[in-house]
Amino acid sequence: MITLEDLTEIAAKEQETRSAADHHVHVCVAASCLSLKSDLVKESLEKEVKQNGLAGKVAVKGVGCMGLCMAGPLVTVGDGVLYQNVTPEDGIDIVKGLAEGARPISRLEGDSKAPFFTKQVKVVLENCGKIDPERVEDYIAADGYRALLETLENKTPVDVCHEIQKSGLRGRGGGGYPTGLKWSTVLKSTGARKYVICNADEGDPGAFMDRSLLESDPHRVIEGMAIGAYAVGASHGYLYVRAEYPLAVKRLKAAIKQAERLGLLGTNIHGTPFSFTVDVRLGAGAFVCGEETALIASIEGGRGTPRPRPPYPAEEGLWGYPTLINNVETFANIAPILRNGGAWFASLGTAKSKGTKVFALAGRVRNTGLIEVPMGMPLREIIEDIGGGVPDGRTFKAVQTGGPSGGCIPAPLLDMPVDYESLAQAGSMMGSGGMIVMDDSSCMPDVAKFFMEFCRTESCGKCTPCRVGTVHMHQILQKICSGRATEADLALLLDLCDVVKNTSLCGLGQTSPNPVLSTLRYFKDEYTRHVIDKKCGASVCKIRKDEEVHG
Amino acid sequence: MITGPRIKTLTIDDKPVGAREDETILTIARENGIRIPTLCHLEGLTPIGGCRLCLVEVKGIARPVAACVTSVQEGMEVTTDSPRLTQYRRMVLELLFSERNHVCSVCVSNGGCDLQDLAQEFGLTHLTVPYQYPRHKVDASHPWFTLDHNRCILCTRCVRVCDEIEGAHTWDLFGRGMQARVITDLNQPWGSSQTCTGCGKCVHVCPTGALSEKGKSVREMRKSREFLPYLRLMRQGRQV
Ligand SMILES: Cc1cc2nc3c(=O)[nH]c(=O)nc-3n(C[C@H](O)[C@H](O)[C@H](O)COP(=O)(O)O)c2cc1C
Ligand code: SF4
Repeated sequence: MITLEDLTEIAAKEQETRSAADHHVHVCVAASCLSLKSDLVKESLEKEVKQNGLAGKVAVKGVGCMGLCMAGPLVTVGDGVLYQNVTPEDGIDIVKGLAEGARPISRLEGDSKAPFFTKQVKVVLENCGKIDPERVEDYIAADGYRALLETLENKTPVDVCHEIQKSGLRGRGGGGYPTGLKWSTVLKSTGARKYVICNADEGDPGAFMDRSLLESDPHRVIEGMAIGAYAVGASHGYLYVRAEYPLAVKRLKAAIKQAERLGLLGTNIHGTPFSFTVDVRLGAGAFVCGEETALIASIEGGRGTPRPRPPYPAEEGLWGYPTLINNVETFANIAPILRNGGAWFASLGTAKSKGTKVFALAGRVRNTGLIEVPMGMPLREIIEDIGGGVPDGRTFKAVQTGGPSGGCIPAPLLDMPVDYESLAQAGSMMGSGGMIVMDDSSCMPDVAKFFMEFCRTESCGKCTPCRVGTVHMHQILQKICSGRATEADLALLLDLCDVVKNTSLCGLGQTSPNPVLSTLRYFKDEYTRHVIDKKCGASVCKIRKDEEVHG
Repeated sequence: MITGPRIKTLTIDDKPVGAREDETILTIARENGIRIPTLCHLEGLTPIGGCRLCLVEVKGIARPVAACVTSVQEGMEVTTDSPRLTQYRRMVLELLFSERNHVCSVCVSNGGCDLQDLAQEFGLTHLTVPYQYPRHKVDASHPWFTLDHNRCILCTRCVRVCDEIEGAHTWDLFGRGMQARVITDLNQPWGSSQTCTGCGKCVHVCPTGALSEKGKSVREMRKSREFLPYLRLMRQGRQV
């Protein structure tokens, strides 16, 4: 049986080995940096340390994502020094610098005091870039699993649900449903068994928040699931991860094994009647399998298609039993909430959107990567301060949030706070956290076309409006972008948007017109230019010459 | 002490009606002589809410809901007919007609087709969306039946009747979006199917000419579905 004292002991031992070293070198080994061969950087650093007789003095550690993915591979030394674009050869200089008394290598140095780092508030990502995702001891040294054991010791399931309700946490998978409310519903539901599912299907194009989190801090998600299981009365859980995330899967499986070994998962955890085990299930990479009922069908071994709700999974989920299903980031928020209290979490963010949100910042900004900001931060601050603004002297045009279900927010609305309500009001949505910045080289009908093509190919085909409607909408957008569309086509596009939005069975179809509707709302003139003048302002679309003459 | 399902009262098109809590809006509407158009639904098979023709408006819910899969609730106010619903249903029909090659004049089911009946009911004389004219195959490998993908509307009635009533599960779906199509066994020709019992239930529940009996010419295929309520009653009888 594992106790809080055991955790303290493990943490103390970790601390001891750590303080034995004079210098701590962290190398990012999450997917983005790994793809730039950060594993070789780590190897080279380790080799240099050995060759220079610094073993024990300089500790080299692989850690999770540090956020500034565009400048990878990233290496930090101590608290203040950040090295960017590090190559294996640079390992020689870095270690030599350390041998000569912590001399920083200025040619590699990035600004760790830049707004990109200082403006962020890390709750979910607090351990990312700091701990070794492959060692449970490192997570425990960062207060890991303390929340779980303390909860088992001192709180009833009802207490946990109340605490989460008090925190104001809302689902990070897109819908923003109050998490505490969901938990109490599952707790109230009766069933011979209950299940907990973590939704790590993350299918939005360009989004990699959940992936980074799982690769950088897998234990935090497992701890959140275990607390959730205790709160709703479940004893088994599934982590549904897309198969395109092999590193996340590998680290999760390793993490589950480690947690089992320590008795943090298994039967009678911490000597209580509470038992919990977790299995990983792989998704074959269909976007629609992120929809909760399709995901459940997929785990059951069926075709991954949504079914009508109600009944919601909270009442009738996996194998017909009450099921709690939450997003990766939602679960990652649980341990800190229980450690610091719901009131602490509720003090972050806005009136209705509490806490922080992780975004995958991409597109036409200087700093692309993974960021975490308090809810309510104005878009402008995210894009201009953290993102460093639009590069190459171009001008900002719009920012796309919410992926294929979201919309484009234009420059005049940049001072809008980022929260669930404001984004929805602007015709977009929070979504899972993709944020794509576009400058004047983007053509908005072309952007709408891109997302519609995505929905068209990802539609499961179960219901008529989405299956066929997205095909027609995509064809009209193709016509618009090639200068062959008429005003009648534009009117038909609007009719189709209305039908598909209001009659589709699941969220995929219901939200698929959003990119069209939001670009039509803010960039109507671009559509009319394509349709009437047969011109693309951004010179993205290839307008057919002969049509141009007719137009 | 009440042990069975509770009774709810609601209104459908302003008519007060009573229903067991486990019944759907569609069941109750039909019981009370109120017609709601359907296509993928068939009494006796598990409803899936796929075709979206049975959409009705419920006061307080922004989006219309599918009557075949929505359970009644106390005080619900349901509207089954409105200009908005008619427009949506028409468009759904148009989308179905545009999706494959429904050429009634050369179809075995001409005059006996659920899709054609609905088109007539809604006065669908032409489409506002363009025809897709996809290339689809015909599987005539089965000794008694033919599968013509050109007429299929993916209602999955065949899949469900084969699985739920015949218990063979010969049919399933393959692919997604508009690429989806029905398959037999693991996408093998129907004639070589190891599981098909040749009962023909799929053919008779099929709403269009996608599944037909061999030897039938244009306008000659007529479907008879009396077996379904009969088999269902027999089963219920056994369960009591
Ligand atoms: C088409 C579609 C795709 C979705 N994909 C995801 C996904 O990749 N990850 C996710 O967490 N939720 C996704 N969702 C939302 C889930 O259905 C569900 O609401 C969510 O997992 C609930 O968790 P939360 O309350 O923590 O947000 C998707 C929904 C739809 C309609
Ligand atoms: S809306 Fe699209 S994805 Fe959802 S059930 Fe219908 S066809 Fe499938």
